[in-house]
Amino acid sequence: MARFVARRLLYSIPVLLGILLVTFLLARVIPGDPCRAMLGERATDQICDAFMERKGLNEPIWVQFGIYIKDVFTGDLGESFRFGRPVTTMLLERLPITIELSMAALTVAVLVGVPFGIISGYKHNSLADVATMVGANIGVSMPVFWLGLMLQYLFAVVLGHTFLSLPPSGSLDAGLIPQPFYAVWGLPAWGIFDFFSNMNVLNAALSGNWEAFRSAAGHLILPALALGTIPMALIARMTRSSLLDVLSLDYVRTARAKGLPEKRVVVRHALRNAMLPVVTVIGLSLGTLLGGAILTETIFGLSGVGKSLYDAITSRDYAVVQGFTLVVAVGFVLVNLVVDLLYTYLNPKVRVT
Amino acid sequence: MTGPGSLVPDPLHPEGPLPTGPLPEGADLRGETARLPETRGLWATAFRELSHKRSARIGMVMLGLLVLVAIFAPLIAPYEPTQVLLGKEDVRPRDPPCIHLFGCDDSKPQHILGIDGNGRDEFSRLIYGSRVSLIAGVGSVAVAVAAGTLLGLLAGFFGGRIDNLIMRVMDVLLAFPSLLLAIAIITVMGQGLINAMLAISVVTVPAYARVVRSAVLTVRENDYVAADRALGVSTSRIIWNRILPNSLTPLVVQATLGVATAVLEIAALSFLGLGVRPPTAEWGSMLAAERNQVFTAPHLVFFPGLAIMWNVLSFNLLGDGLRDALDPRLNR
Amino acid sequence: MSDTAPHLLEVDNLSTYYFTRDGVVKAVDGVDLRIDRGEILGLVGESGCGKSVTSLSILRLVGEPGKIVSGSIHFEGEELLTKTIHEMQAIRGDRISMIFQQPVSSLNPVYTAGFQIAEVYEVHQNLKRKVGLEKAVEMLARVGISDPVRRAKSYPHELSGGMAQRVMIAMALAAGPELLVADEPTTALDVTIQAQILDLMRQLRADMGMAIILITHDLGIVAEMADRVAVMYAGCIVEEATTDVLFARPKHPYTVGLIGSVPIIGTRKEWLEVIPGRVPNLIDLPPGCRFASRCRARVDNNLGICTVTEPDLLEVEPAHKVRCWLYQEIPS
Repeated sequence: MARFVARRLLYSIPVLLGILLVTFLLARVIPGDPCRAMLGERATDQICDAFMERKGLNEPIWVQFGIYIKDVFTGDLGESFRFGRPVTTMLLERLPITIELSMAALTVAVLVGVPFGIISGYKHNSLADVATMVGANIGVSMPVFWLGLMLQYLFAVVLGHTFLSLPPSGSLDAGLIPQPFYAVWGLPAWGIFDFFSNMNVLNAALSGNWEAFRSAAGHLILPALALGTIPMALIARMTRSSLLDVLSLDYVRTARAKGLPEKRVVVRHALRNAMLPVVTVIGLSLGTLLGGAILTETIFGLSGVGKSLYDAITSRDYAVVQGFTLVVAVGFVLVNLVVDLLYTYLNPKVRVT
Repeated sequence: MTGPGSLVPDPLHPEGPLPTGPLPEGADLRGETARLPETRGLWATAFRELSHKRSARIGMVMLGLLVLVAIFAPLIAPYEPTQVLLGKEDVRPRDPPCIHLFGCDDSKPQHILGIDGNGRDEFSRLIYGSRVSLIAGVGSVAVAVAAGTLLGLLAGFFGGRIDNLIMRVMDVLLAFPSLLLAIAIITVMGQGLINAMLAISVVTVPAYARVVRSAVLTVRENDYVAADRALGVSTSRIIWNRILPNSLTPLVVQATLGVATAVLEIAALSFLGLGVRPPTAEWGSMLAAERNQVFTAPHLVFFPGLAIMWNVLSFNLLGDGLRDALDPRLNR
Repeated sequence: MSDTAPHLLEVDNLSTYYFTRDGVVKAVDGVDLRIDRGEILGLVGESGCGKSVTSLSILRLVGEPGKIVSGSIHFEGEELLTKTIHEMQAIRGDRISMIFQQPVSSLNPVYTAGFQIAEVYEVHQNLKRKVGLEKAVEMLARVGISDPVRRAKSYPHELSGGMAQRVMIAMALAAGPELLVADEPTTALDVTIQAQILDLMRQLRADMGMAIILITHDLGIVAEMADRVAVMYAGCIVEEATTDVLFARPKHPYTVGLIGSVPIIGTRKEWLEVIPGRVPNLIDLPPGCRFASRCRARVDNNLGICTVTEPDLLEVEPAHKVRCWLYQEIPS
């Protein structure tokens, strides 16, 4: 097992290097002057000369790459010319929102997808099965941005005057600025606390601020729903097909032949095996969520990594584009690595070898 | 990570391109030797199985309709997609739909879906958008399949360092969330439909490369290939006659499902303003243009999105149906 | 055993059909079986003759699209086919147990051997997990597994075929059933292991007194183990007798062919008997005797009735039944 872990980690290294390379080239390949690309059209020649010198842009390309790697490892992801702020700081401000959104979407996806998948799989070809699969097929075919806009319309306009009305954008009600939880608790303002305090729902929950909680949660429901629909459909389908596969296997027949009650057969024997592939789908959905986050945040006006990335692309804020892309890609690799290891741990067939 | 050394199923197609397994007892009870698809005509069997499955039938019908709409667009659409009507007719941007059949006054010009933000007929743009969608989706997948097949063949055939190198590059490509990577590529290449198609092709190549590579690896060790070599059959014939047919089925399934993904991603890119250039009528960019008007003119957002969904759903149903139809297992 | 004393298990006119898309497969068509306490009944036939489905029907474990359509199964005087699922669950594993052909895959890969045996005690004797595990270890020792304490903590994939089958046997006999149904228990095992497992079964039968229905296609096993033998062909019983009688005086042409086709070391033959032809399609059974198309005796004796009417299973000498027109009055 330890050998397997070591091997997987080793596999990740060339990939991480590849990511660094790609993001490095990203800025270099953009047509035009790298200085003006990074600092904006208005930079003067003087500033540019100093910039090129400081960034070592006159050095050979591999030296530049080395400098880039060094910068990344020391946490220097450059500076956004649009805001004049370090990319790293911007990242740390926005990452909590994206993570909160992704987690909420994932929760929705699992809480709805798994039960429906189980029912579908167990009652093969029943009405519930057909209905769920039709729903899943549709869900997987819907563009996220369209779903988001339609949900906005539905809950803000159509249901706007009912109790089901939900706010279409933003993270909190206007004018509501809740206290960070560490202040409420009298804890020191450490970075890590600050990071989590930017997750509005979590922060409100931790500070016991019911009003803020309701506001934050209300603003999070629609984006989470929009973002979570595709993973929900994938999870439901995977659960169903996995359960169907397992239910036809020999050891399920043995379990029944032993006289075990059906519930025990399904839960203890079938599901325990069937959920393994689903766990990996759940983990890997995080990758899909990251991609969808760009679209969802843009539509719902959430200031997370996705929206900032999109804004940076359209305003040609290349340092931000490069830095955010790098972090997202690395995060993706790490998540996949964790999922792979988790799968290995849960699957005794592989664990022992 | 779904790469070599990973035990993890591919999340987008978790059931896998072609499940394998032992034939169930039912095969024996029929008293016939189970007949492999090859002996009965692969396409004949596939079509027969497909037509049995209701979802696949629906997919085929949906796709058929879409293709017909795309082909006969000039006949169906009352106006040109890029024709600005402001000045020529008495209409204003974002005028609501006017359908004579449903009571709209006959004196006003008929616009089934109303006018878009730039004064063009929404319905015509919707119809013509089908062309862009289909061509973009199928085109990018075709390029990806071609490139992926080549890479897969190289990797599988030559093995060793070349295999390692190619697969590592594929892994790096897979390490990025696909939309993100496509965005990055477009940022570099510049906006445009062709560029968007190419970006999506690049992002989806790894899947096809892996399918072909694994087919090569499986077939390479087979006895009939050894027999071929002993008989002096040339490598290219081995590729053509043995390897390609073997990889055909998973490729076809993957490609069909891949078109669905490609259409979604190209629409997403256009939505973000990184795909087609205006004034091309493409559903994603039509959605993007009206996105802030969703509360006042929801129909301008609803129908393009619905059209995208129609397109994607048809390919998804077809791909799922193909996967089940080409499954060597006889039951289920 | 006389027919008037109550038998442990009485199967009367059992029919189990599979309703597939291609037609109705009559896997089991009017089967009668008797077995008494402590008896070993061999159920012999080639693949697809319905012997497995018969055994599954006894425990009502037949899955979709199969269904028991008619007949009755009396176990210790109780009719099994009308019992509720709960009642059947109480019987399975406790009074009637079953073991299968592929022992490793018949065990759940994520639970240890000990756990899976202990489950039987938990469910049928309401024992706590700890007690169950202790008894599981005892059972493992009883089936001849060395170092049972360690083995109880093993996972199925760590066990060899022989060991896994011992675990299955331990699991099946844990609650002391009256009847054990063994569906090809040694087919997937090496010959030497086969002998060990058969010895084990015989010994356990002597110790615990249960009856065994031993399903196999191997006549050698039947000759060695069974007290009585029933020969199945294409869904029905064609001959039934005590083992000695069956091998000494086989009557049905199929049985004769089967016995004749087994090479015996030490004897010399000009050629091995071969039964020409194939098992008939169970969906479209031809009228008359199911074996007719392959029967040399029919041709030699010029029996036209064979392709018209199916013979009944009749007793031709004490405790020896045959289904063949060679031994019956031909109706005019």
